[in-house]
Amino acid sequence: MNFKRHGLIAGIALTATLALAACGSDNNEPTTSASGGASGGTGSDVACASGTLTSQGSSAQGNAMAEWAKAYQQKCSGAQVNYQATASGAGITAFQGGTADFAGSDSSLKAGDEQTKAAARCGGAPALNLPMVTGPIAIAYNLDGVKDLQLKPETIAKIFAGTVKTWDDAAIKADNPSATLPSTAILAVHRGDSSGTTENFTNYLTQTAPSVWTFGKDKVWKAPGGSGEQKSDGVAGAIKKTAGAIGYVEWSFAKTNALATAKVGNGAGEFTALTGEAAGKTIAGAKVTGTGDDLAMTIDYSTKEAGAYPIVLVTYEIVCSKGNAADKLALLKGFLGFTSSKDGQAQLDKLGYAPLPETVRAKVEASVKNLA
Amino acid sequence: MAVETPVRSLGVQDASQLKVKTLPNWSPWAVAVAAIVLSYVLINLTGAGGTVLTGVVAAALFVILMGVAAAVVEGGRSARNRMATVLIYGAFILALLPLVSVVWTLVTKGSDRLDGNFFNTSMNNIGPFDSNGGAYHAIIGTIEQAGIATLITVPLGILGAVYIVEYGRGFFANVIRFFVDVMTGIPSIVAGLFILSFWVFTITPLYSSDGFAHYSGFAAGLSLSVLMLPTVVRSSEEMLRLVPTALREGSYALGVPKWKTIISIVLPTAGPGIVTGVMLAVARACGETAPVLLVAGGASAINFNLFDGNQSSLSLFVYQQAGVASEFAPGRAWTAALTLVVLVLVLTVAAKLLARRNKLAR
Amino acid sequence: MLFRGTATAAGSMVLVIIAAIAIFLLVKAIPAINKDTENFLTYKDWFTDGDQPKFGVAATAFGTVLTAVIALLLAVPVALGIALCLSHYAHRRVATTLSFIIDLLAAVPSVVFGLWGRDYFYEPIANFSKWLHDVAGWIPIFGSNGPYGKSVLLGSVVLGIMILPIVTSLSREVFLQTPPENQEAALALGSTKWEMIRTAVIPYGRAGIIASVMLGLGRALGETIALALTLGSVFAVNFDLLGPGGVTIASNIASRFGEANEFGRSALIASGLVLFAITLVVNMAARAIVYRRREFVGGSA
Repeated sequence: MNFKRHGLIAGIALTATLALAACGSDNNEPTTSASGGASGGTGSDVACASGTLTSQGSSAQGNAMAEWAKAYQQKCSGAQVNYQATASGAGITAFQGGTADFAGSDSSLKAGDEQTKAAARCGGAPALNLPMVTGPIAIAYNLDGVKDLQLKPETIAKIFAGTVKTWDDAAIKADNPSATLPSTAILAVHRGDSSGTTENFTNYLTQTAPSVWTFGKDKVWKAPGGSGEQKSDGVAGAIKKTAGAIGYVEWSFAKTNALATAKVGNGAGEFTALTGEAAGKTIAGAKVTGTGDDLAMTIDYSTKEAGAYPIVLVTYEIVCSKGNAADKLALLKGFLGFTSSKDGQAQLDKLGYAPLPETVRAKVEASVKNLA
Repeated sequence: MAVETPVRSLGVQDASQLKVKTLPNWSPWAVAVAAIVLSYVLINLTGAGGTVLTGVVAAALFVILMGVAAAVVEGGRSARNRMATVLIYGAFILALLPLVSVVWTLVTKGSDRLDGNFFNTSMNNIGPFDSNGGAYHAIIGTIEQAGIATLITVPLGILGAVYIVEYGRGFFANVIRFFVDVMTGIPSIVAGLFILSFWVFTITPLYSSDGFAHYSGFAAGLSLSVLMLPTVVRSSEEMLRLVPTALREGSYALGVPKWKTIISIVLPTAGPGIVTGVMLAVARACGETAPVLLVAGGASAINFNLFDGNQSSLSLFVYQQAGVASEFAPGRAWTAALTLVVLVLVLTVAAKLLARRNKLAR
Repeated sequence: MLFRGTATAAGSMVLVIIAAIAIFLLVKAIPAINKDTENFLTYKDWFTDGDQPKFGVAATAFGTVLTAVIALLLAVPVALGIALCLSHYAHRRVATTLSFIIDLLAAVPSVVFGLWGRDYFYEPIANFSKWLHDVAGWIPIFGSNGPYGKSVLLGSVVLGIMILPIVTSLSREVFLQTPPENQEAALALGSTKWEMIRTAVIPYGRAGIIASVMLGLGRALGETIALALTLGSVFAVNFDLLGPGGVTIASNIASRFGEANEFGRSALIASGLVLFAITLVVNMAARAIVYRRREFVGGSA
């Protein structure tokens, strides 16, 4: 009874399929609009190679990788860089299993099982941690009428531990003598999934407010109370829609959601607003603890540097020092060489990241050259 | 099929009793108005307030008042009948509310990026500040992966159901049926992990050129078919079971062998129902994110090759774009979701029309 | 004979796949459970990192069953109502159109339900929770003081909406298969329409209804992303429906999987095994019910 209609639908489906199969494009024509820094810089010092790089890992560096992949692919036709922002753990597992050529991670490979498995994948040679993207973690909040909220590490710890429950609490008043604080209840939003951001943030609290923050550092949120949200966009969205909410997110999410961010007290005893430059000062004070080409870093969260914003995270690219697949090596060196170049790092600022300090950047560039 | 309800009743003594008292046709409307007014007064008197609450109370009052009115005028059986009717329509309206909300959200949010660019380009070379970029690669991925999963699952699932219903006897058939039910509860991520260690880490290094494990769209198809299988088997089984025995016996009596009876009588009769089950399974498979991410890896560039290289899918695209810190990402996510729903819907409609063409019963 | 062989092979294949999955789960799970320093079945939290991994399924398994049961309680009556409405009440042409609308709901991916629940449905549920607490706060399950919104209630309602189309579609097909003779016979005996449905349609389709409910339950138990987005991921065992709370085995796997190392993955797979066991038990229970009723179901092989 439905021959007519059936035929019509089949026709539509067929046409649609044909239309799809005919004219898909990978946006390969270099665009000048909206590409920002991608077209900037001199193309001459980029080492081009062709082929496909497959990688995944930390979602904190997802935007940086998307921008870098775009810039590199537009400079080097025939190159294809695929970075999937899954999660650090997933990236490391994929790297160990050989399904990723390199991994992005919020923390360096841990001694023991993680390093052993990674070395096994690299044919016995150790895997390297190369710091590539550093970014501040914002303390974002939603409180009508309060613009420049200032918070000391102890106060932040108290809020997230659940001991400070309202915005007009004495602890917050002490940090903000001039502000008029409402009696709104505080909703502390944390990550409900496990994440490197949580690990860095709790590490910061453990180091700067050990007497208040007794939950240690972990990828998993261990303090009671508050509200758990999936992923950074969930945290940012919850802060945006709930009056009286506060939470920690990567700066880029605070920026896209237009959230107010708090000034954070540092080791020098001043409250610092969140800027790329201020975060860079903390990272400049970080120590490289890796040996040889490995450049794992330790951050000093209680930095005494004036004007430093202390809550930052460093994300790494994890690559084989030796034993990379022969057909991928040139592309791997070319792409990572580009990301660690001055040009590459210069593109980070507008994305809500902080560039690597020059000394570290130069070391990373040298390490990339030694890959084999 | 539509069966008219006759005006009752039994035990009639003389002609005058044939006319049974019934509520007039306008009575539901009157009762509805009464319920709304009463509920409004009640809510406002108690000071609880709120239009939603008024609506809910009015609906409850409507059911009760309708029942009472029918009970008084028409008697108990009719009252139950009327209340059942009201509740059944009420269930439908209740279900429509979230549906309309979801569809409204999808359409309003999804229409922003509903342009040619979205359907013709991939996410390759798209940075956080680019407003363009599309889901071409994801559409290809969804069609290929769901296609391969359907190709694997449908014959296997229907034949499995045929075995259970037509041939299976005793313990073995019961064991299969039981475990098929258990299989429906496997979380998609576990199915993905199973294929990850079974196919990606064990089989792909054997045939890949460089000896490393590789993601592929085919692996995603495999894990989706693990998820589809129980739905297909279970729904086909129930549909086969509903085919009247008389049909089968008629066929046997004409000397038609069992296998031919199954192929030409039983399966076509159960056809529309089986298709419904299959399309439910396809819909679920298309909506799965985790297995695709685990075994196909995700991709931002176009890849037609089902057997090598990363692929994306529409639901994975939605999931990933929803979590990107870019003001343009949510628009892409909603448009992709709308695309996925329309795609599955078109497939469902087409499959059902196909199935109805060769119906035997009904 | 050939056809019979193929069918038997297909049936066995299904069993082989399930056996393979079960073995895979066991192989991965047992070493992880052995390393657990707490009781795997009674410990509530899930900390797999570090030298002393502490994890248990008490909270997640409880949450899985709780959300699935509430979702079923909400969805099944409504779904059967819609199915009857589509098969016996609505006008044929209207019913066809409306069936497609219900199928539309089946086509919405669970991510979208999750995002919709988190961003849009959150508000009405929060208001409803507040009202419920004000009116019936003396009942323990409504006793929470908030903040309302990301709760077991939100997760369960979203889950209920998600399984609606599955239960509806299949039971509608089942109801439509009721032989007209049975229905006409009931009507000829003077039944009202509802009595006809109760005495002819529902008994004939009972096994099918249970099958559709079981499929819905399976989906509810295994649902991942939508619940990860709508539940509050609080690891506790209580019946508080309104406050921040709720976590299920599948949602926990989804939210912990990304950052999990090899051991963490195995631990999560162990919780998947528990889910497998829960489905097993639930199905056994349902089986027992169906088998007692089976003799009333006419027709069939």
